[in-house]
Amino acid sequence: MEPFITLTAIAAPLPLANVDTDKIIPARFLKTIKRSGLGVHLFDAMRYDGEGRERADFVLNRDPYRNAQILIAHENFGCGSSREHAPWALLDFGIRCIVAPDFADIFHNNALKNGILPIRLPRAVCDALIEDAQLGGNARLTVDLARQVVIRPNGEEIAFDIDPFRKHCLLNGLDDIGQTLQRAPAIDAYEAGRRMSQPWLPAITAV
Amino acid sequence: MSGTKPRTLFDKIWDSHVVETMPDGTCVLYIDRHLVHEVTSPQAFEGLRLAGRKVRRPDATIAVADHNIPTTDRRAGIKEEESRIQVETLERNVAEFGVPYIPILDERQGIVHIIGPELGISLPGMTIVCGDSHTSTHGAMGALAFGIGTSEVEHVLATQSLLQKPAKNMLVQVDGTLGFGATAKDMVLAIIGQIGTAGGNGHVIEYAGEAVRALDMAGRMTVCNMSIEAGARAGLVAPDETTFEYIKGRPYAPKGGAFEQAVAYWRTLPSDAGAHYDKVVTLNAADIAPMVTWGTTPEAVVPITGVVPDPAAVADEGRRSQMQRMLEYMALAPGQRLQDLPIDVVFIGSCTNGRIEDIRAAAAVAKGRKVADGVQALVVPGSGLVKQQAEEEGLDEILLAAGFEWREPCCSMCLGMNPDKLTPGQRCASTSNRNFEGRQGPGGRTHLLSPAMAAAAAVTGRLTDVRDLV
Repeated sequence: MEPFITLTAIAAPLPLANVDTDKIIPARFLKTIKRSGLGVHLFDAMRYDGEGRERADFVLNRDPYRNAQILIAHENFGCGSSREHAPWALLDFGIRCIVAPDFADIFHNNALKNGILPIRLPRAVCDALIEDAQLGGNARLTVDLARQVVIRPNGEEIAFDIDPFRKHCLLNGLDDIGQTLQRAPAIDAYEAGRRMSQPWLPAITAV
Repeated sequence: MSGTKPRTLFDKIWDSHVVETMPDGTCVLYIDRHLVHEVTSPQAFEGLRLAGRKVRRPDATIAVADHNIPTTDRRAGIKEEESRIQVETLERNVAEFGVPYIPILDERQGIVHIIGPELGISLPGMTIVCGDSHTSTHGAMGALAFGIGTSEVEHVLATQSLLQKPAKNMLVQVDGTLGFGATAKDMVLAIIGQIGTAGGNGHVIEYAGEAVRALDMAGRMTVCNMSIEAGARAGLVAPDETTFEYIKGRPYAPKGGAFEQAVAYWRTLPSDAGAHYDKVVTLNAADIAPMVTWGTTPEAVVPITGVVPDPAAVADEGRRSQMQRMLEYMALAPGQRLQDLPIDVVFIGSCTNGRIEDIRAAAAVAKGRKVADGVQALVVPGSGLVKQQAEEEGLDEILLAAGFEWREPCCSMCLGMNPDKLTPGQRCASTSNRNFEGRQGPGGRTHLLSPAMAAAAAVTGRLTDVRDLV
C-alpha cells in the first residue's frame, strides 16, 4: 500500500448524498480478476452517456478536475455493497482522499486498506470546501495526515479525527495481514481454547 | 470481559471472539465462518499467492459461485467470457488452496446467503463474514455476520481473523402483530424508511419485539438481510426455539449430543435484561402496510396506498435536489399514486427473498391468474434445494401456468451481473434489496417490494395492493 503522508491537490466537488457503490462502479464492471484498470469505469453512468461519450456536465470530465486527487461529497458516501472495486476505481483514477460528513462503514474500511484517506467533517465544512473546490485549479487543498489538518486555499486549517491505528498504517503504507500474522501464537491459543470450550462446533469437511 | 454488567447479544458474541485487544482498542476478532464467492475473491487469492501464504482454516471456509451464473441453460456453461473466467478462477483457487466448494451443477448450489443457513453452516453465536454486504442475512441465526471488502477477505483467508473495533448497539423493537398482507419485507422497508439509509452507520442492529419473534426464519433473514440498507453492517435476532427447530437436522449442524450441547450454549446468547443500547427505535407492527419504494435509495419508501412525496415540501436544499434527481430518474411526479403504476418486469428472488417461503407467497397470489400482457416475470429460487422443494410442492407448475419464468438459482437480476438485466427505462417490481440507479441494468427503474406484492404486480401489470387480490 502506498503511504499517505501529505497531499496538495485539486479537489473535485461532488455535492451529492448517498453516493452508492453502484454509482461509483456498476456491477457489470466487477467481472475483473485484477485490482487495476478500473479508473476508466469510475462513476460510469454519471460520466458517460449511453453511447460511451463523456457527459460534459460531469465534474470529472472537466478541467482541471480530470486531475483531481481529492473528492468532496455529501452524507453517507459509499453506501451499498462491499465491493472493494469502488476504492480501486477511485484510486486508479487518482483519488487519494475523500471528504464527506460521513461514510458507509464497509466503504470506509475498504478505502483505508487501499491508501485512500476518508475524512469526516461536518456538512457545513464540506460545503465550504466544495466552494473552494469550485474555484478550480488555483484553489488546491492540502491534507496533512501527520498533523490531521485540511488546509484551505486561504490558509485556514481544519482539524479532523482519525483512528490512531489506521493513521499509523496509512503514514507507513502498512497492510494488515503481515501485522496480524505476527500474532499467530495468540490465534493458535484462541483456537485451542475454543476446541475445548465448544467441542460441538462443526468443521466444514468435504462438501 | 464477562463480569456482571448486562450485555447485549452483540456484546456476547463479540467478547467471545476477541483474540487480543491492542492498546488503542482495535481487536483481533476471530472468524468462525468465511463464505467466499467469485466476484470479491480473485484478488484475495492472488494476494495470498504472491505472498506465499496459505488459507489458515479451509475447514471454516466454503465457496460457491452465485453472481455470474446464468439462470437458463447452465449445462452449456457460461457464455459470457468475463463471467466464465471469474468462475473458472474461483474453481482454480479453491482447488489450489483446498477450500470446500459447491460446484455450479451441484443441487446445493445457490446464493451464498441462502445456502449458509440452509446447509447448517451458519449457526448462532458465530462470527460469519463474506465479501458481500448482504452477509448481514446470517444475523437471523443469532450470529454476528457482516460484509467485508476483498482486502479483508484476504486477511481472513490468511489469519482467520479481522482487525476491528466494536460497533455500537442499536435496538429496533417492533411491537404488536403485522397486519393482513404485511410481511417481513414490509417490516424492514418500514424500518429503513423510519431510520434512513445511514441511520445504522457504525451500529449493529438487534431486532426484537413481538412482531420479530413471530417471524419464521425466512422472515428474520429478510429483515437482517436489509440491515445494510439502513447502514448497519450487521443485523441480529436472538436465537430461540424457532431458530433451534430450524437448525436441527441440517447437513452441517451439530448432531445428537453435540446439538444438545450447542443449544445449551445458544440459550445463553440473548441480550441480558438492562443491557445498554446506544440507540433505540420502536415501531408498531400494526402500522406497517405493504410497502413499495419510489426512489433510488431504499429509504425512499411509502405504503402502497401512498403517493410520491413532493420535493418542494423539503426544507434542506441537498435533500430536495436529491429527491428531484430521483423523481427524474424514476420518471415519477410529486403526488403521483404508486398504485396502478404500470410495470414491465417482475423479479422474484435474491438473498432477500429467494427462499421457499417467498416462492410459496408468490405462488399463492399467482395461482389461477395470468401474468399481464407485456410483462416479463422471473422467479429465481435462491438455491438448488429451494428449487427442488418448490418443485416437490408443485409451485413451479402454478407459476409456469400463470406465465412466470422458472429459472435456475443465482443472484440474477438483483444486480444484473448475469444476462438477466433491465434495459434503459424499464420499470421493475423487484423483491431484491437495492433500488440504486442502474442496479438492475443501466437506466432500469426498480421498485422494491415483497414477493406477494411482486406477484400481484405481475398479474395486474401494475403496482397493486396485494390485499385487494387475496
